[in-house]
This record gives sequence, structure tokens and C-alpha cells, in this order.
Amino acid sequence: MSNPITYLEGISEGLREEMRRDKSVFLLGEDIGTYGGAFKVTKGFVEEFGEDRVIDTVLAEAAIIGAATGAAIVGMRPVAEMQFADFVTNGFNQLVNVTARYHYRNFIPVPLVVRLPFGAGLRGGPFHSVSPEAWFFHTPGLKLVAPSTPYDAKGLIKAAIRDPNPVLYFEHKYLYRHVKSEIPNEEFVVPIGKADIKREGSDITVITYSAGVHWSLEASGIVENEGISVEVVDLRSLLPIDEETILRSVRKTGKVLIVHEDTLTGGIGAELSAIIGAAAFEFLDAPIRRLAAPDTPVPYAPTLEDYFLPNAHKVADAIRLLAEY
Amino acid sequence: MPTVSTKSKSSRSIHSDNHTLKPEQLLRFYSYMRLTREFEDTILRLYQQGKIVGGAYSGNGNEATAVGSASALKKEDYLFPLHRDMGAHLVKGQTILNLMLQHLARDSGLTRGRDGTGHYTDPSLRIYGNISPLGAMVPVAVGVALASKLRKERVVVMNYIGDGGASIGEVHEGLIMASAMRLPFVLIIENNQFAYSTPTTKQFLVERLSDRAIGYGIPGVTVDGTDVVKVYEACTEAVERARKGGGPSIIESVTMRMHGHAAHDNAWYVAKGLLEDWKKKDPIMRFEKYLESAGILSKEKKASLGKEIETQIEDAVRQALSRPYPPGEQTLEDVFAK
Repeated sequence: MSNPITYLEGISEGLREEMRRDKSVFLLGEDIGTYGGAFKVTKGFVEEFGEDRVIDTVLAEAAIIGAATGAAIVGMRPVAEMQFADFVTNGFNQLVNVTARYHYRNFIPVPLVVRLPFGAGLRGGPFHSVSPEAWFFHTPGLKLVAPSTPYDAKGLIKAAIRDPNPVLYFEHKYLYRHVKSEIPNEEFVVPIGKADIKREGSDITVITYSAGVHWSLEASGIVENEGISVEVVDLRSLLPIDEETILRSVRKTGKVLIVHEDTLTGGIGAELSAIIGAAAFEFLDAPIRRLAAPDTPVPYAPTLEDYFLPNAHKVADAIRLLAEY
Repeated sequence: MPTVSTKSKSSRSIHSDNHTLKPEQLLRFYSYMRLTREFEDTILRLYQQGKIVGGAYSGNGNEATAVGSASALKKEDYLFPLHRDMGAHLVKGQTILNLMLQHLARDSGLTRGRDGTGHYTDPSLRIYGNISPLGAMVPVAVGVALASKLRKERVVVMNYIGDGGASIGEVHEGLIMASAMRLPFVLIIENNQFAYSTPTTKQFLVERLSDRAIGYGIPGVTVDGTDVVKVYEACTEAVERARKGGGPSIIESVTMRMHGHAAHDNAWYVAKGLLEDWKKKDPIMRFEKYLESAGILSKEKKASLGKEIETQIEDAVRQALSRPYPPGEQTLEDVFAK
């Protein structure tokens, strides 16, 4: 195992390894070269790989995603950075109308990664905090991943780059420097489409991803003292969903809480509920519960943002309600 | 600084001998324009017969622009055409049969019935068709130009947009990136006077759409889009400049959409007089007159070419109609690459 690295360093290491391994991998985005990226994920990259492979672009997300798509369909492996996930809406048409449908219509692979620094908790206000994954969750042709640990962050960025399909890589800004752990020295890849049991338990299954994993693990520790045994399933991949791992856990515990930072209505939790309801109804001992942000924009003031966001205590409360059912 | 010329050289009395093209090249233009018109007329007929199930578009009036522009490209160059550019598809090497299969949504078509018209990609010919939200392919074409530059290939990407589509934000974003990176990218703006039913007077205030080039610091010219030689010359200049590393260009090609937006639309909103005026500048008729007066096209050649084209298209229609639609369950395949 290595010295502990941060979640952000996990992403950087993964990117760097893939760029060393494969000459067709290149990065493009706003301020990623000379400046090293708004969050410094690509710090030092332009020095190692040069300006042709770490491209500072104009401030135009449709052009960034479109150009990355164009490069991908002629055999390059671009990794496009949205400075903030909030700005991906400028490239929405590209992603849903061009990128996502390209292979289906033309049988040409689109090996493109779009990195999306997302999530709240940093007092970023309505336009630097959004969790936009559900907008794309409904788009056939895209893959969505959202790692929660340095290990998964590194392994999934490598898998995303090697995948022949467009992958949206949701990296949580709060986790960048708040999560640190050891990872193996040997090379590894985390396969897309495989969930991970981050904690085993027998009474309740909490299904979550990204920052939600950390709230849920902390909550599981809190309620453990109250005699509630919680299993935490980290989706890691949102599309495709690892239904097998989810259903195995649900059949074992019989009670389900779904936790996400994204707002409630039409979120990924809604689809998970439908999947579980259809495939494991007879195993359920309680209604499926969802804990998500309320259906509002992400507010700015600390009091408002704290109210908006789920956290370990809110997760623990939801677990207790389920346990009592 | 690149010089920006937006002056349209007076080209009303075209087809003087003021060019250096060989008769074979001129005849090639002529053949492709004839083929284009016959092909598109056939598409409209098939639509009227109920054999084309979705939209059917005609580039009538646009033949000189489509053929003249794509003729400036080499085999290794990339073509990102529009739905009224069948001539460009054909010049770049697409077969009549493949285009017919696409329009008829057959399983053996290039998209296997997943999409229609010119909405396909044929990497072997480096043709990357458009999609319905116009302008969306501009950033993509720019990305192909970027990839080519990174690989140090000396190729050019030619992309098309209309007077209507040119209003889409992605066109601006693509151009700003292409110019900032000095990419080998040529954008043809086909100004055919109408965006569906909306005339250019409701679309922009600039005198010429090529004036927009000034905003990108790149060359922009306006040409008579009914003059195949003028289109070819302007495009060749832009393409070769791009190939040498001189960056992108805009060429506005002024034409008229002689039919409606699509086959269902009889264009009642277009003044009859306007169509009559443009009819006098029919790109094929004008070029034919010139070729005849210059002794390049004989009556016999004209007739035999017509027959040849008719036979080719009839063959393609017959073959395409005999092929099956894709089986319904194929809907589920190929959402992802393996």
C-alpha cells in the first residue's frame, strides 16, 4: 500500500497513469493547463505532457464537449473537464443529442470522458454546487460513475478512459481534500457497473454513492451502538446499475434506505425504488425510504445549505425510522 | 492579421473563361450536379409515393454549392455536410445505393434504419452527416480538426450550416475554438434565404453572413452559390489555406431554396416572383449554357449523361426497395460499443 492519498490525488494519479500508458489520451478544459485546473487536479500535467495533451480551451462548454466528441469518433481518447458540473448544461445538447446517440446511429465508438466536479458543502451557492447526475441518468448511451474513495476515484477514472463509450465521471468537490486513504502500489482498475459493499450489516441496506457513502458510513457507526446493523452499498456506477449487488443486499436485510445529495423528485433513488419494488417486493419488511435534498436549488447561506444537504445525523434518523417499522 | 474580405465580387454574369479549370473538371461538376438533382427529385417522388416514411428534403438550387465545395476536398479530408448537400455526399464518394438505403430506412443502410436521410457516418469516406438540431455538428467537426492537428495530419475539415442554423450558439462556440486554435476548419454557410418559413430579414442584420468572420479574426467571403466554379475556387482557397496551417475560414454561399423546407411544405410563404427570379439563375441551367457555348458539352453528351444518371438511380431504387427494414428487436442493440 502507498502513503495515504486524497480523493483528488486518486483522480490525478489515474489520469497521469493513463496518459503515460496511451498516447491517444489527452485533456481539454478551462484553465487545466498552465493554471493546473480550478481545483488543481491537473497540476503539473502540462509540464509533463505538454500543451498538445493538456489543452487550455476557450470558455465554451458546448465546444469542449463537442470537440472532445469529434476527437473521440476519430480514435482519440479525450478527457474533457467541466470546471464545475453546473456548467455542463451549456454542453447538454452535445451530450444528449450527439455524444450519447453516436454509436447507436453510426456504430462508431465514442471513448470520451467528461469530468464533472459536482456537489455542495463548500458554500458555492446555486451555480457551483449542483448534483446533475439525474439529468443524464435518463439518457441512453451514456455511462455514469461517481466514486466515493481515493481507491475508487483512481480505479474508475482509469476504467472510464479505457471504456469505448462516453462516461460522465462525477467527482465530488467536498471529497477532494476531505477523504484520504491508502491505495495499492500495483496498478488496478475499478470496473464500471460494479457496486461495492462498503460496510456489511444485516438489518438495513443503505444504497448510496459519492458523498452519501461517507454520511451513511458515519451514520452506520452511530446506530451500531443502538443495536442496528447497517449494510452500506456504494453504487460507484450509476449507469449501468449493478442490480445484482443491490438486490442481494436487499434480500438479506429486507429494509432499504436510499441516500443521495441530489434533489428527491426524479432522482436516481426513484429508479432504484422501482427496481427493488419490482424485483424484491416479497423480501421487503418496510416501505423503501429515500433521503435526498429537498426539491429546491442549492442555497448559499450556511444555514440554508446545511438545511438543504443530507448528513450523517439525518441518515441516522432515517435508519432509526426504518428500524422501528 | 488575416485580411477579411466580405465583398462579393460581382458574379451575375458568371462562367466567363476567367478560370483555369480543365474541361474534364468542369464536366465532372456538371455530372455531379445533374446526378444530385435527379437523386433529390427521386427522393421527393418516393416520398409522394409513401415509400419514404419520414422527412424528405431537397437541395434544389443548392447543387452548385454542394458540388463545388466538396470538390475542393481531398480524399483524406473530412466532410460534415447538411441535409441539402447530397451533391457533397456524392462527390466525396458516397454511392447512390447507400444514400437510397438511408432514405428508405433499410437494414442494409449505413445506420441500419436507426436514422434517415444524410444522418450517417461513413468513416471509410470520411463523411460525418448532420443531425436534426442544426449547428450541433460544428463543435464536433472542430474536434476532428483538433485531432488531426494533434496527429500532425495535413487534412482539412469542411462543415456546412444554413442561414437558419448559423444562429445556433454551438456554431459560435465551434468557430471561436477553431479560430483560437487555428484549426484546419472551413465553414460553408449556405444562405438559401429561408429557415423553414423564416426569411433572412427576420434572422440577422448583417449584410452578409461572412461578415461574422470579422468577429473571429478569420477570412470570410461571400460567393454566388449558384456558380459552381466560383464556389469551387473560394473553397479551394480556404481549404488550401487551412491545410497549410492558416486556420479556419467562413464562406457564405448565396443560393435559394427552390422547394419547401421538406416535402410536406409547399413554401406558400415564398413570393412567387422571388422563385421566378432565382429560377433564371438555376445553377445547372446556367452552367449548362456556359459549357455548351464554350464547346465543352455537346448535345449528345448531355443526353447520354441524362440516360446514364437515370439508369443508375433506377437501379439503386430497385435494389434498395427490395431490401428489408430492420427487424424490430434490433431496436435494443448497439446503444453502447462493446
